[in-house]
Amino acid sequence: MLWACVLLPQLALDGVLRRQPTAGPLVLVAGAAQARSIVAVNPAAREAGLRVGQRLSAAQALLARFDALPYEPDAVDRWQQFLAAVAYRYSSEVSLLPHAIVLEVSRSMGLFGPWPRLESLLRADFTALGFRHRISVAPTAHAAYVLAGVEDGQAVLTPEALPRALQNVPLHKSRLPAVTAAALPGMGIRSLGQLLRMPRDGLRRRFGAELLLALDRLTGETPAGLDCFRPPDRFDLRVELSHEVENIAALVFPLRRMTADLAAWLAGRDGGVQRFVLRLEHRDGSSTDVQVGLLTPEREAGLLFEVARGRLEQVQLPGPVLALRLLARELPPFVPAGRDLFDERPANALPIEQLRERLRARLGDHAVHQLGSTTDPRPERAQRIAARDDGGQEPSPRPTWLLDRPIPLRGMAPRILSGPERLETGWWDGGEVCRDYYVVETAQGQRAWAFCAPGEQAGWMLQGWFA
Amino acid sequence: MSAVVALSTLLDAQQVWRGRAMPVPAGEQPTGWAALDALLPSGGWPEASLSEILLPLDGVGELQLVLPTLARLSRGARPLVLVAPPYAPCVAGWRQHGVDMRRVEIVTALERDVLWATEQCLRSGSCAAVLAWPQQADDRALRRLQVAADSGRALAFAFRDRRHLANASPAALRLELEAAPRARVWVRKCRGGAVPAQPVPLALAALH
Repeated sequence: MLWACVLLPQLALDGVLRRQPTAGPLVLVAGAAQARSIVAVNPAAREAGLRVGQRLSAAQALLARFDALPYEPDAVDRWQQFLAAVAYRYSSEVSLLPHAIVLEVSRSMGLFGPWPRLESLLRADFTALGFRHRISVAPTAHAAYVLAGVEDGQAVLTPEALPRALQNVPLHKSRLPAVTAAALPGMGIRSLGQLLRMPRDGLRRRFGAELLLALDRLTGETPAGLDCFRPPDRFDLRVELSHEVENIAALVFPLRRMTADLAAWLAGRDGGVQRFVLRLEHRDGSSTDVQVGLLTPEREAGLLFEVARGRLEQVQLPGPVLALRLLARELPPFVPAGRDLFDERPANALPIEQLRERLRARLGDHAVHQLGSTTDPRPERAQRIAARDDGGQEPSPRPTWLLDRPIPLRGMAPRILSGPERLETGWWDGGEVCRDYYVVETAQGQRAWAFCAPGEQAGWMLQGWFA
Repeated sequence: MSAVVALSTLLDAQQVWRGRAMPVPAGEQPTGWAALDALLPSGGWPEASLSEILLPLDGVGELQLVLPTLARLSRGARPLVLVAPPYAPCVAGWRQHGVDMRRVEIVTALERDVLWATEQCLRSGSCAAVLAWPQQADDRALRRLQVAADSGRALAFAFRDRRHLANASPAALRLELEAAPRARVWVRKCRGGAVPAQPVPLALAALH
């Protein structure tokens, strides 16, 4: 067993920052209305002297202008769940610890390569999503958790090396029960190494079984006892906008983030999305739904963004938008498109599937289609959108352009080139026709496929052009 | 004048422009009309470029001009795209000309989106040929199509009314169809060669 721990020291702040990136001082505050205190600060605020734990009133005395936003525990949980779903890509055993995600990676390395490479993959993912992180690896989940808290990038790859790595961890960083960690330094025990050398009986008498259990989990004597994370079967991401947005263009930035999140999340569960909803929430509680549908399951961030944007740009906003929500329920398996090794297309080619999506996003769902022939001989019904083309050959000449419905052929009497071909059919469905078809040439030199009543050769109706 | 410079060394250094046009590479897109191929400098459609076909009326054989090419391309790896055709293509008729209709995508678009859709298809690089019937294409719009065809390595065909002949066009090839008294094709512009003075008779398929 080998556990990687991704520690997320600023989960709440990062969640806020990716929604409204700002360079100015920003703090998150929590607590009762009269006694608000700071729970997170960004670098600019820290430079100005604001500290975690400070009262908001004290901070206001230090700095005249800064943004204070409420700390939302729900949001933190939601982001942690989201990131766990992203990490699920690398391991099937993912668990949550406070402000951290641990994943079992000993078997993942066969697929993703040795630890340094896997670590860089994890780092790239979390950096791209905009979350600061510390990563470490150790033979037990709790040890990895402790080591990540001490220093970023520690790697303990064998159980033999673990005691040595834990040796010098100071007790206040050991994540042991708080009462214990506070009492032990008074007994002259300041590091984990010292604690691990103490007789177990004595520790049990003084601090109870809880401490021994924590120590055993740290060293691997006892299984970690963590619940496995199960990624949810639907994606639901809501972003509150910092101000009321009245034009679509201002929604593009949050939309790009949200579709990128969706793509990362889909990669985590190795799935695709075929249909999702963008819900634009308005002030009066009403909302505008933008349906985004694709022909095949997709998960590429750029494509999802482009398609969603194409749909969004056609929406008329009934009122200002306060929040944006992305809901995806249908998540079919993703089948990557096969590519030919000796592909003759240009290097930067857009696959035909993506081209089709792009056209549909702007021109409408039914804008791109193919025609196939049916077995009906009547020209109006001889072909249909999306009919399976059987490839059967028609013995009589057929035009290349077909009119939707016949119209009178104007002008002088045309010259008959060939015909007639009698079509008499359709008595069973009320669309009975009895026509003699001819290939005719008009005075202007156009070749037409026209018909008239049997035996008449007058009252020509135009059915198509031999263009 | 003691220093005599050998002419051949000067020319070999390739620092003197000799006033010859760029050699036209032999194209690999025969039109399927031998007489027309013989007139065109690249022996067929200009590769990865816009070809403009100007007509007096619909139904004078404009599709038969391109159908041999479409039939050949429909057997290739990349599909064909029709952007906003004026009528529905008749599946049976196209099949009689050898086109595999499963490889033909039809895009319906309003007039204002036609040029956009055409450019997207051309630029994507995943279409072998794109046929469009732009109504309001100016010089700039056609130039965009020409650039898109070049970057997507696709054949572009724009079918337009004959009255546009008076306006200059960035298309690499301009053909004018004449219906009466008999079907003929005039080459009005061809990049990389002199414009032939004589038209090519278009022997339309005998219909029986």
